[in-house]
Amino acid sequence: MNFYNIDYAYMVEVFPRILRTAPLTLGLAFSAMILGLIIATCLALTRVFKIRVLSTLTRVYISFFRGTPLLVQLFMLYYGVPQIIPSLAKMNAMTAAILGLSLHSAAYMAEIIRGAISSVEKGQMEACLSVGMTPMQAMRRVILPQATRVAVPSLANSFISLIKESSLAFTLGVAEMMAQARMSSAATYKFFENFLVALLIYWGISITIGFLQDRIEIKLNKAY
Amino acid sequence: MISTKNLYKSFGKLEVLKGINLEVKKGEVVVIIGPSGSGKSTFLRCLNYLESPDAGIISLNNMQVDTQEVKQKEILALRRGTAMVFQGYNLFKNKTALENVIEALLIVKKMPKDKAIQLGESLLDMVGLKDKRDQYPSTLSGGQQQRVAIARAMAVNPHVILFDEPTSALDPELVGEVLGVIRKLAEENMTMIIVTHEMSFARDVADRVIFMDEGIIVEEGLPSEIFSNPKEERTKRFLRQIINR
Repeated sequence: MNFYNIDYAYMVEVFPRILRTAPLTLGLAFSAMILGLIIATCLALTRVFKIRVLSTLTRVYISFFRGTPLLVQLFMLYYGVPQIIPSLAKMNAMTAAILGLSLHSAAYMAEIIRGAISSVEKGQMEACLSVGMTPMQAMRRVILPQATRVAVPSLANSFISLIKESSLAFTLGVAEMMAQARMSSAATYKFFENFLVALLIYWGISITIGFLQDRIEIKLNKAY
Repeated sequence: MISTKNLYKSFGKLEVLKGINLEVKKGEVVVIIGPSGSGKSTFLRCLNYLESPDAGIISLNNMQVDTQEVKQKEILALRRGTAMVFQGYNLFKNKTALENVIEALLIVKKMPKDKAIQLGESLLDMVGLKDKRDQYPSTLSGGQQQRVAIARAMAVNPHVILFDEPTSALDPELVGEVLGVIRKLAEENMTMIIVTHEMSFARDVADRVIFMDEGIIVEEGLPSEIFSNPKEERTKRFLRQIINR
């Protein structure tokens, strides 16, 4: 390999152009994370409380979304499903990407959250009930806050996965970082420079998340 | 005040409670003793429905709960009229001492925060831990945690406090401070049902002692009767074992 073939000047020039789409990548991953967390918590609770029928449906859900490729799920959601349900045809690519990513990540996060909830001692729930709290109040005030601490390291990994998986959204036509890198490289044939810049930005984002994770963990651990 | 009629509970094939009849009057301190596995703790946990009894009636003041057709609302009412102190303290680990005490006031009783804090501080003062108000359970000793747990139980202003072996998990030198607090409550005429292995404490503080074995109440009476002059052979045997230890 000849390092002199790398066009450093071009990299400097294309860097801000790709960086400009980073907020879209972040927005995509962040929205999917929030929505995914909500779905995952609901899924986890059906299993924690062993709610009949729903807990079985949750198993099927998790098995399906973990057992099939994300790319196919995204295509199905954006190109396939609207053919069957015409009212979904108006859904734009960004919405479809957020929805697809959150449905997918929820399957993983549901298991993380369920494990974290089960790791909280049984006595904590009993203490809540003994002073007259309802199981839901107990969850919200005592169990979930303690489970959060256990879940944060794994959830941070899920978020990093989401950042990376959000690159698949370009296949639906979302103009995020990967789409921008592809577009620039198609115009200039400078694949190496474009994808290297994209990789470095993805890497930088992941490092930042890891850094934030450490901060959050220190804060959550202060009671223990 | 609080009473049970023919309370039954099984775990699978194991019959743990075989028809418990007990009535506790307002202001009374009832101590339950008995060998492990006799159903003492299970009985206590049935009173606030941490275990669901299979049959029988639980009454609290004017409310009668038939355990065979119990409603969610009745379970909540039983829990809101009682409080429990656990063997393993079970303080909310994500909350400070004060937050532990006022949590139910804020969430269950919807008390304004400033009023709850005021009450919480006075309760912590009562158990001698006012200066620990902002500390998390992990930084407190077992004895201190249990005293916070007692303050938490007091906070909901329960008709009765259920103590499930409150000193069994404590280092011996910490037992005294917890028993001291319970004794103080007894002097203030708090209604209490206490499961314990601390016999001298039972003798001191109890208005009535219940001896349970194999899921039934074998014998009950004044502490002086039970400890000095038990009638039943099983009671005698149990007390001999305890005293000869």
